[in-house]
Amino acid sequence: MTPETAYTRPRDLAEALAVRAAQPSWMVLAGGTDLMVSAIHKRVPAGILDLWRLPGVGAITEGAGGGLVIGAGATWLEIGRDARVAKAWSPLALAAREIGALQIQARGTLGGNIGTSSPVGDSLPALLALDAEIEVASVRGRRRVPYAAWCTGYRTTALAADELIVAAHLPPLAAGTHLAWRKVGTRRAQSISKVMGAAAMRVECGVVTDARIALGAVADRPIRIAAVEQAVRGLARAAAAEAARAAMRGAIRPIDDVRSSASYRDLVAENLVARFFSGMI
Amino acid sequence: MEPRAVGAPATVGTSLPRVDGVAKVTGRARYLDDLDAPGVWYGATVRSKIPHGVLDGFDLDPGYDWAGTGTVFVTAADIPGKNMILLIEEDQVALVPVGGRVMHVDEALALVAAPTKALAIAACAAVTPRITVKPAIFTMDAALAAEVKLYGDDNVYKQFLIRKGHARDAEFEAIVAGAAHVIEGEYVTGAQEQMYIEPQAMMAEWREGRCYIVGSMQCPYYVHKAMKALLGCGPTDVVIAQSVTGGGFGGKEEYPSMLAGHVALLAHKAQRAVKIVYERDEDIAATTKRHPARTRHRLAVDAAGEIVAIDVDCVMDGGAYLTLSPVVLSRGVLHAAGPYRCAVTRVRGRCVATNHPPHGAFRGFGAPQTTFPYERQIEKLAVLRGEDPLALRTRLALRKGDSTATSQILGASVGSDEVLTAIRDCAGTPPVRAGVAANGSPLRRGRGVCFYFHGAGFTGSGEARLAGRAQVAVVAGGRFEVRASSTDIGQGAITMFTQIASDALNVDPARVVVVDPNTRDVPDSGPTVASRTCMVVGGVVDRCCRRVRGRLEAWGREHGVTGDLAALANAYVESGAPELADMVQYEPPPGIAWDDATYTGAAYPVFGWGACLVDVEVDLDTYEVKLLRCVQAIDVGKAINPIIVKGQIEGGTLQALGWALLENIVYREGRVANASMTNCIVPTFADAPELETIMVEVPYPFGPSGAKGVGEIPMDGPAAAVANAVSDALGCAFDEIPILPEVVAASRDRWRLA
Amino acid sequence: MKIELEVNGQPRTAEVSPWARLLDVLREDLRLTGTKEGCGEGECGACSVLLDGEVVNACIVAAGQCHGRRVVTVEGLARGEVLHAVQRALVACGGAQCGICTPGIAVCAAHVIDRKLLAGKPVAEARAAVRELLAGNICRCTGYQLIVDAVLVAVDEVGDS
Repeated sequence: MTPETAYTRPRDLAEALAVRAAQPSWMVLAGGTDLMVSAIHKRVPAGILDLWRLPGVGAITEGAGGGLVIGAGATWLEIGRDARVAKAWSPLALAAREIGALQIQARGTLGGNIGTSSPVGDSLPALLALDAEIEVASVRGRRRVPYAAWCTGYRTTALAADELIVAAHLPPLAAGTHLAWRKVGTRRAQSISKVMGAAAMRVECGVVTDARIALGAVADRPIRIAAVEQAVRGLARAAAAEAARAAMRGAIRPIDDVRSSASYRDLVAENLVARFFSGMI
Repeated sequence: MEPRAVGAPATVGTSLPRVDGVAKVTGRARYLDDLDAPGVWYGATVRSKIPHGVLDGFDLDPGYDWAGTGTVFVTAADIPGKNMILLIEEDQVALVPVGGRVMHVDEALALVAAPTKALAIAACAAVTPRITVKPAIFTMDAALAAEVKLYGDDNVYKQFLIRKGHARDAEFEAIVAGAAHVIEGEYVTGAQEQMYIEPQAMMAEWREGRCYIVGSMQCPYYVHKAMKALLGCGPTDVVIAQSVTGGGFGGKEEYPSMLAGHVALLAHKAQRAVKIVYERDEDIAATTKRHPARTRHRLAVDAAGEIVAIDVDCVMDGGAYLTLSPVVLSRGVLHAAGPYRCAVTRVRGRCVATNHPPHGAFRGFGAPQTTFPYERQIEKLAVLRGEDPLALRTRLALRKGDSTATSQILGASVGSDEVLTAIRDCAGTPPVRAGVAANGSPLRRGRGVCFYFHGAGFTGSGEARLAGRAQVAVVAGGRFEVRASSTDIGQGAITMFTQIASDALNVDPARVVVVDPNTRDVPDSGPTVASRTCMVVGGVVDRCCRRVRGRLEAWGREHGVTGDLAALANAYVESGAPELADMVQYEPPPGIAWDDATYTGAAYPVFGWGACLVDVEVDLDTYEVKLLRCVQAIDVGKAINPIIVKGQIEGGTLQALGWALLENIVYREGRVANASMTNCIVPTFADAPELETIMVEVPYPFGPSGAKGVGEIPMDGPAAAVANAVSDALGCAFDEIPILPEVVAASRDRWRLA
Repeated sequence: MKIELEVNGQPRTAEVSPWARLLDVLREDLRLTGTKEGCGEGECGACSVLLDGEVVNACIVAAGQCHGRRVVTVEGLARGEVLHAVQRALVACGGAQCGICTPGIAVCAAHVIDRKLLAGKPVAEARAAVRELLAGNICRCTGYQLIVDAVLVAVDEVGDS
């Protein structure tokens, strides 16, 4: 028979990091909304390091210089209902409210999304467009990784075997930054994304001076679209939309799968990105 | 038989709360997986990963502790009777024998049973079938080309040809050639998963040589028939009982016989109770779905817009075994010409064999597949003539005295005008065509309608052949037992029988006990299918109750006992007399003549009638179609329980809307590639529009209190209404469902945006 | 491992693998079979229960994580023989058909009502909110209409009391 799975629920982050260092093969489990899916068909883990409601890593707090720090343990319900997130970092709030439905939002955590790093992780394009930094910790200390450098491949990340995700840091956005978010899923709720996009677009004196455009579900990881970001710089809104549309052509190489087609993803991504500019309010 | 008077009885026509409602909302209702049996083991199924081949044998991984766990391994060699799932034809095996042909991916090859579910899953993974691969076919065209032969010489399971108003093809073509306009189209409808929320589940146990099977099913006597053959036993050696069933929609019509066979074989070998509850992915991958269909349709009209000829050629993909395909195809062709006046029709239908898992029963049973084409064609006629779509349908609709494609003269209970009028009266103005969403997306809106009918009960002489029976008995406590094999699968059969019996007996509904169906204690009422349970079996229960009431009242007079019927019942039982029970068999109404050879005559005892209106909004950035409004007007004859009938209509409507827009089976090389609930999606609360339901009651004189079928009809029409609405919104034709956003995106070169 | 948890107000214990699913702990170890399994992948909501006051899918919660926590299942919605308002409304409005999704719907809807997530909303808005809040519970029988009706009836009843 299979030996019983070990289980630890640490009292604080320090204890969690010690267990993580000692047992790098154990499953790091928070809400379980990804790791527990079809659990009876999965390989039984050697151990579970339970981070659900780990003290000290679940809060949403104001960071230095007007930024926001979202603890890795914060759930989608908490993020989706937070007035500060909704006001200043709306793509993340909107993404949170569109993840699964009530049951998934009650259990799913930001840290889980960042850690499992699924190509369809709904919060990930928002983190990318918002220029988030991921704070990780280990017994060796703490470090921050720009989200742009976090994903290293299909479901692989910069997280080391002894590290845990602690928080996402959202920097304040420059005045005149417009934000946008759009998820296109298989249906209107409880849906897996086919394409999603997040945008942070800075407009000064009527022209776009800076833009971060991030897309999800169109590659093996969430991606920024540099071609669009460069093409729109210095353009007025309508012109930026046209330039963005043109720059989207050939910019991504999505795949066909059981949920959608490459051509659909390509086309919708182009429409969404163009609309981010033309639809700015 | 005299038509029954349509009166104003005490509970019929009122929304008596569901008899099983409290048990269901409290979690007390016991479904199969909730039932326990001492020492029960869990079964699992070894399945093929190959769509077509020959089974050479099995390799059992010695790394699994077969002996230590006591795990039981069952193959076709363990079958005591005939290795087949007996239904219409003897072609589908219960387990592929070594040396036998594997016909589809996920076909059952062998079985295991072990003390725990985890062990059963592990044991299953420890069995590797060896299969010699053969070329497979997955399309209807490949099946018709018959280069690979799966069934007979031509891969055609069944074909029908119905002619009206002509004798030969040349004559027919001449009539078409003389028409002012001929609208031609090809229409494709996809497979659809029933997605009952309770997966297939069954448990068996042998006691003193007798096999007891309990499970989630629609038709205990179908299972009984199949088990007699598979187990090689007599009718009393196997008892089939239905547990509370978490949805069926046709999906638990034929497949439960397969699962019952599997648990029976495992329980026999394991010498203990064995339970199998399918995993969701397994259920989606292996069990039956709605037949995909391709229909070519020609609609010939004269200069005045009257239909002069209808030509239909429908092909359905039956999958790897015949199962119920001939009957599904039959219902499909019988509805294919639509509820429109036409003197000359030709309807051809073929159902072909492929290496897909068998397609089977699903609400509507072939009719939705042929309704979609004719209602798209009628819409194209409206566009061609610039005629109001509802007015056109009203102008051409069949009415009392008209004849259908099978030359059936419509008698009583034709609600065509009533349902069309109901839709017209509530239609209001169509949605504003162009708009902009809050996020900036441009929007286009459109409206679609459709008009359709659905035959209630078995086709032709089917009901007479079935001879459905029900029994009503006087039991202790002044109660009355209704014994019928019709199952409650959520549609409300128990409550409906309770109301009919309560009124017929003139007793309080609490005095009526509808017995949980099992083949030992209830007679064969026929299967729980074809919108027949209320109309046919409900009618039998009604007559049965009246006879029991008569006999009990006579006994009371004879013995000087007075009081109401409950008091008489109580006195009767206490008198120690033998059980007072009556059995009644269905009698077809007079004048039902059907010719199976020419497929002409009265195809159904009566039709239900429906009309539907749908408003949609298409997002031109994402190509998603949003349902703004859906109104259904359905003629049900008489709503025995209006809330239950409303629930039937709305549930069927949403399944149809899902089929039209988002439900999609992705087959890859014969395998269901999206076999999970995450990827094989059905509508959620958020996808469903507010549903508007109008119940129309044009009584059927031979149904209980005027009732006729309601279960299937709401499934038939809405898909065409959706396609008509999307076509209206974008100015181009949508002739294939589901109309996924990917399909809308691919159509953008054809858009003509008003 | 041995887990101790409160289920429907009662302290309970179970000897289970920490990797076991809460769903199996409830159904098999505690014999509370009202909670149903529809998919095992957190998709259909038939196994909805309250865990520390939030509605979750019991099929994707690890048993180890439930040690020391509070669970409410469909069996815990009624007070003795007095059903929760939404249970009564589901019966009265025809919101249950085959019934297999009903325990999950009842738990989720009771949560929505008890937390007053619909408070103060006009009818049309409340109906839309119900559709959003219950979107994690799939029903294949009803078309959802009569369930939405039932939730609103229950909201009215609770609000009046």
